This record gives sequence, structure tokens and C-alpha cells, in this order.
Amino acid sequence: MFEIIAFYTFSILVIGMFGIVVFSENVLYAMSALAGGMILISGFYFLLGADFLGVVQIIVYTGAVMALYAFGMMFFDSARDIKENIKFKKIIYTLSILSAIFVIFILMAPIYSTRVEALYPTIHGVGNVQMIGLILFTKYLIPFEVAAIMLLAAMIAGIVLVKVKIEETPSNIEVARGEK
Amino acid sequence: MIETALIIETVVKAVVVLSVVAAMGAFATFIERKVLAFMQRRLGPMHVGPYGLLQLAADGIKLFTKEDIIPQNTIKPIFIIAPVVAAASAFVAVAAVPYFPEFTVFGYTVHPIISDINVGLLFVMGAASVGMYGPLLAGLSSANKWSLIGGARAVIQLLSFEVVSGLSILGPVMMMGTLSLIDMNDYQIGGVSHWLIWKQPLAFVLFAIAGFAETNRTPFDLIEFEAEVVSGYATEYSGMRWGLFFIGEYANMITISVLVSIIFLGGYNDLWFIPGALAMLLKVSLWIFLFLWVRAAWPHIRPDQLMWFCWKVLMPLSLINVLITGIVLV
Repeated sequence: MFEIIAFYTFSILVIGMFGIVVFSENVLYAMSALAGGMILISGFYFLLGADFLGVVQIIVYTGAVMALYAFGMMFFDSARDIKENIKFKKIIYTLSILSAIFVIFILMAPIYSTRVEALYPTIHGVGNVQMIGLILFTKYLIPFEVAAIMLLAAMIAGIVLVKVKIEETPSNIEVARGEK
Repeated sequence: MIETALIIETVVKAVVVLSVVAAMGAFATFIERKVLAFMQRRLGPMHVGPYGLLQLAADGIKLFTKEDIIPQNTIKPIFIIAPVVAAASAFVAVAAVPYFPEFTVFGYTVHPIISDINVGLLFVMGAASVGMYGPLLAGLSSANKWSLIGGARAVIQLLSFEVVSGLSILGPVMMMGTLSLIDMNDYQIGGVSHWLIWKQPLAFVLFAIAGFAETNRTPFDLIEFEAEVVSGYATEYSGMRWGLFFIGEYANMITISVLVSIIFLGGYNDLWFIPGALAMLLKVSLWIFLFLWVRAAWPHIRPDQLMWFCWKVLMPLSLINVLITGIVLV
């Protein structure tokens, strides 16, 4: 009973939020709605008993959307609406609705034909964290490590790119002292 | 039937915790003024009530009855939502924090925690970090340069110190093998020598520093520092909206104090002859006092110093701490 109420409340809120993200012409509205939607998605994880994933959803997307805010602050005037340059509205709407329906069909087909069962059902008494750890470090060890190496490479690349610029441009303190 | 009882119990707990934390937050503002005054050889508020105790009520009346101004050119909905986000997320964080040991009222055992999820620590820290959206949204929607700078500072502060607090807490979590705050408390059940602060002193210091930064307390209060950015994100706010930001900040202070007490200082276990609940209260008040003490004693630091301190001192230290903990455990 409560699960159903909670599910529909969260669904309506999430869809509404992402609707605002797409349709709003103000950067601040769009990003705030994005943050709200991302955080509200965690509600579904909590409903399904995946506490750990729910919390990770909150933590990761708080930081991620906040980085997006930083870019928004740099590139846009948040107090003004953005003029969007959309020429063929009808085509865009029909295409997006069609592709959405396609995605739903593709995802629903296996669920409809065979009863889907959880590969790793939650065991009562064993925590989420332990279960995820076990699966991550046995079956999915190689994808996990590959993802880690990819992130490391991206981080090093970022540092290298920024470091060159820092050495070229004088810092504010040096300018103030008249050293450069 | 059982479900109804559970709902009633949860609602009662939520209301009690909400009102007690809000009241403690309000009281902390009074204590803050008094403690700062004594440290600076003043008397502080003295005229309203005995020792100025009713100053609290006076402040409350002032905040509630003050005209609520929404300036021109602000983005109204966001401007209105921002303080609510700050206060609400602080109170959401409180939901997974255990305060006292279990006790029995009229034959009914009460667990003094609203929701005992087994990733309590992560939940509290995640919900508290959502609170940084309050200053950020306020800064962006206020149409004011000081507010915007305050908001930008909120972003860098959160993004930087979330890394430090997450990494520093990793060592204790590795040692205790759990993310549940109740299990963490039970891990240190054997008295003072079992406290985690002796095994993880570095993590304790790092987490405390990150806690100061995440609650915008004084050495790191650069998002609302008067001499640089007027009042930062809160420049355009007045009345109860302004008050909500500070209720959120003080609620966060209490949450951080409780977290430190549970993770490092033995939690609500009995301390010598002092019963657990009282020991917990003492630890939390000691920690709040430390917040005020630091505010009176320490100068404020610049944003670039903050970044240097965070990324070049604290983060390597916390990584080393994780590494050493791992080696010792293996």
C-alpha cells in the first residue's frame, strides 16, 4: 500500500522534474530541476531495498550536478532566459516521442515474454554493501578494474592539461606583487 | 495493526527529533553569543531575562515578524526554495542518526533513531552535502554579485571537502567493517580505551576539519565572510528566510558533533559512572563548544589557502591514512 503510494509520488515528481529540465528556458530552473530529479530517483532504490545504491545516487549526483552548476555559472547569465534556436519543432517532437516509445518496447519485451528474476536477490540479514562487494570483486572484477584505469587516465589527462596553463599564466598574487 | 503502530511511532519520533534539534540549534545561537562574549571579555546579551536567556525569544519574535523582502530581478521560485533546501536537508540528515541507547517507556522499547538503515553514515553525509545546494541556489538566484561569489565559493568548498571527509572516514569504516552508526557505536563498547580515536587519530583530525568546512564554521566560513563578500549568499535575505539558513547551519553542527562522538569518541556507551545518554550529551556539547572556541580563536583563511590546504595537505594525508589502515589490516 505505502510502497504503491510512494512509488507513484516519486514517479510523478521525477517525471515532472525532468520535464522542467527539458522544457525550461532558464538555466537555473533546468539545473535545479535536474538536481532535484536525480536526488528523487534515489527514492526508487530505497523502495527496492537497495539502500546503498540509493545513498550513492544521492552523493554522486549531488557533486556531479554541482559541477554542472559551476559551468552554468561561467557560461550563462542565470537571471535571463536563453533564446533557443529550434527550427523544426514538429519533427523534433515526433522523433523524440517515437524514440521514447521504441526504448520502452525494447526494454519491456524481455520482461513481458519471460518472467524476469533477479540474478542476485537480496538476502535478508546480509547488507547491500557486502553483496555489492562480493559481486563486484568476483564476477565483475575485470570491468571494475578497467573502469578504474579509465578514470585514472582521465584524471591524469586533466591534470596535465591544466598544469600547462597554470605555469604559463601568472597567479593573482604574483601580479599583485609585481613579479610578473 | 503493526504497520499503523510503526507509522505513529515514526511520526512521533520525527516530530520530537525535529523540534528538539531546532530548539537546540536556536539555543546554540545564544550559547555562541555568550561564549564568544566571555572569550572577548564582554558580557554578551544581559538585558532580556536572567543572564539574557530570553534574548532567544526576542530574536525569534524579531525573525518571525520582520518584513520578508524579495528583491527585484531575483528568480523568485528558486530564491524562495533555497533556504528551505538548506534547512530541510539538515533535518533529513538527522533521520539516520542514533542519539541515545534504547530505553523502555511503559513497557515499550524505544529505539532513538528514526530510520535504522544499514548505510546510515553514508546517508547522513550525503543528505548533509545536499544542504550545500541552499547557499548555491541562493547565490545564483539573488541577482547580486556578493551572493554570486558566495554561491561560487559554496561549490568549490563542497566539491573539495566532500573528498576529504569521504576519504578520512574510509579508514574507520575499514576497521569496523560497517556503515551502520549503531554498529559503529557497539564496536567501541568496552570503555575509553576502546574508543576509535586512539586507533585512528589522523582520521579523527581530518574528519573534524572537514566537518568545520562542511558546516561553514569559522576558519572556513568564506562563503559568508563579512569583510570580503558582505554576507555572501545571504546578502539579499531577510526575516525568517534568513533564519532558515541558520537553523540549517546549526542543525548541521549538531549532526557533525553527533557523528564525531559516535564514530570516534565512543558514542552513547556508558562512560565510567556516567550513563550513556548523558555521556552523549556531554560529548556533543563539548564538541559544540569547540566549534565556538575555534571561532573565537582562529582567523579566517582565504579561498586560495583553503584550496591549497584541502588538496595539498588534507587529501594526501587522508590517502596515506587509508593506505596505512589497509596495510595494518592485511
